[in-house]
Amino acid sequence: MSKCVTYFAALALGFSLSFSSSIAFASSVIKIGVMQPLSGVYAGPGQSGLNGLLLALKEYETNAHQNEIDLIILDTEAKPARAPELATSLLEQHKVDFVVGPAHSGVAMGMIKVLREKDTVMIIPNAGAAAATGSLCSPNIFRTSFSSWQPSYPMGKVALEKGYRDVYLISWNYGMGRESLEAFEESFKAGGGNVVKKVLLPFPSTNFQPHISDIAAQDPDAVFVFFAGGGGAKFVKDYDASGLRGNIPLLGSGFLTEGNLEAQAEAAEGVITTLHYAEQLELQKNLEFREAFHNEYGHYPDIYAVQGYDAGQAINMTLNELNGDVSDKRAVIDVMEKLTIDSPRGAFTFSRGHNPIQNIYLREVIDGANVVTGLAAEALEDPARGCKL
Amino acid sequence: MLFAGGQGGLLSLFILYCGEVSLGYFMTAELIIVQVLNGIQYGLLLFLIASGLTLVLGVMGILNLAHGSMYMVGAYLMWYFVTVTGSFTVSAALSATIALSLGILIERVLIQRFYNRNHLDQVLVTIGMILVFNSLQSILFGNDPYGVPVPDALDGGIPLTNNSTYAVYRIFVAVICVGIAGLLYFVIGRTRLGMMIRAGKSNREMVEALGVNIKSLYTIVFAFGVMLAAIAGIIASPISSIVPGMGESVLITCFVVVVIGGMGSIKGAFIAALLVGLISTFFSILMPSMANMIIYIFMILVLLIKPQGLFAK
Repeated sequence: MSKCVTYFAALALGFSLSFSSSIAFASSVIKIGVMQPLSGVYAGPGQSGLNGLLLALKEYETNAHQNEIDLIILDTEAKPARAPELATSLLEQHKVDFVVGPAHSGVAMGMIKVLREKDTVMIIPNAGAAAATGSLCSPNIFRTSFSSWQPSYPMGKVALEKGYRDVYLISWNYGMGRESLEAFEESFKAGGGNVVKKVLLPFPSTNFQPHISDIAAQDPDAVFVFFAGGGGAKFVKDYDASGLRGNIPLLGSGFLTEGNLEAQAEAAEGVITTLHYAEQLELQKNLEFREAFHNEYGHYPDIYAVQGYDAGQAINMTLNELNGDVSDKRAVIDVMEKLTIDSPRGAFTFSRGHNPIQNIYLREVIDGANVVTGLAAEALEDPARGCKL
Repeated sequence: MLFAGGQGGLLSLFILYCGEVSLGYFMTAELIIVQVLNGIQYGLLLFLIASGLTLVLGVMGILNLAHGSMYMVGAYLMWYFVTVTGSFTVSAALSATIALSLGILIERVLIQRFYNRNHLDQVLVTIGMILVFNSLQSILFGNDPYGVPVPDALDGGIPLTNNSTYAVYRIFVAVICVGIAGLLYFVIGRTRLGMMIRAGKSNREMVEALGVNIKSLYTIVFAFGVMLAAIAGIIASPISSIVPGMGESVLITCFVVVVIGGMGSIKGAFIAALLVGLISTFFSILMPSMANMIIYIFMILVLLIKPQGLFAK
């Protein structure tokens, strides 16, 4: 009898040992799938976000190395059509523990379709579509960037404080553009402001000249826009070339002057924007981060790099907290939800929709740089409309 | 020919009128004049880009899908040289020369082998060129948006309304486009080279039989087509955004202009470009979300009435 028990105990022990050692083997390698645009128009922000993430993961390996990190990097080309197929390959074929991406909101929607309500944690390092932490929110979806509403909402109040009562709105007709203009309208109209005209151009048309002539004809108190990248640079240059820069103040969601100021040169002087980050923020973490990034890559980081870096920090902190064991997915989510990320933009926590609760800074372009002139909103939380978390 | 242009013009005026009346948005005379200026300037630039495409198509029968890439090459080279030399004119000359050499190289090495191949093969090889040029752009110049500053001599504005000006540089661009249009008209219509080009368009074998070196002629024409696109990229660089993919967005509008104008017709491209420029400009204001679509609707309407385009050969 005792021989039976011993034999059975030995069998059970051996069995459980082999079982647990296989678990230990699986979690000793952390698989992170990255879906970023590395070619095409969005390649700039895509590569930037990836660089930020890599820097954070490098810090992890230097500081508290417990696990090997296996990176699978996929180029989304910012094409929403490819998103479900790429996300499925990461989920089913590579069986990743984390997915970091994307930059483009259309791609994000495709990814969320596949990754919602799954075990794998998805961290969005840029795409600002409101639904990601709103109507389509999910316990396993986090965002370390912003929601489209956040940078633009405070500008309505700023415009009213500056005495602008009639404002002309213009942007591209896609998610980020529409949502940014709506956010501005929300606070601006609530304070008694009047929207003279709201124009949505087909994305990504850069034929701004007719509209700039129209703005001059309408003669509003100010203009609020959402444009980004090369298109944003062209808008600011066209605006200046038509002589409007000195006459009608140009306000914008911060992306108007992010990563493209060199292309704008003097045309950008005096442009006022709101964003959750500014390169010249005098925070200790920001200065350290900028130096580390510059040492690693030879140029200074932009907002996309900060957001990618914070995605990496979120992963680092979670791994450290759980001693590298990510087998319990609920535990991973629980830990991540309660994190306070020490970000170069200032420390932030996650809202109930898993979007950063963060400061929005008021900036003005002075001498070719975004200078922080004030705080447009403190610890602004996206309302997560439609989120049932 | 005048009749065809008149039909196209009447059609577009009709569309504009419908647009304005249906939306109840009336513009002051001042604004209308400004928008006409905008439309013409945009149209002239479109013509410059499209002229090379239609020239190559008409003379050689080759549809160069990489034409937009040549526009991009001009813009990126211009940015690079302006950053290095600081001089607009020097950079423009350098960029145009390099583009011309590139055109000769591409024709000699690649395009020459495809004259006797079917259209699908020609399309495939030019699409392949697009992909190669996009990757080269990414490797050589990076993916950040770039800008070229307007040269100081042209950096001013002519007062237009009480709060806006018209950029002198845009007038300069329009003048260059008209100049090149005139040059093309002169060369093709009034010189020996132009005569050979027109003859080669009509009957290649006969021209060869008459002792003209058709191979060199084709090389010259292709290289010039490439250079025209590059020049458009060069002079437009201070007023455009130099970003990855800029060639493709220009290519589509280019096709529309060539199709409306009649494939191979430079005069057609000129009229069509102006029409497209004006319609696009006015509809951006009247119905912004439909601004892109209206160009294609216009193209369909023209093709319904004149299936070969306005000035078909």
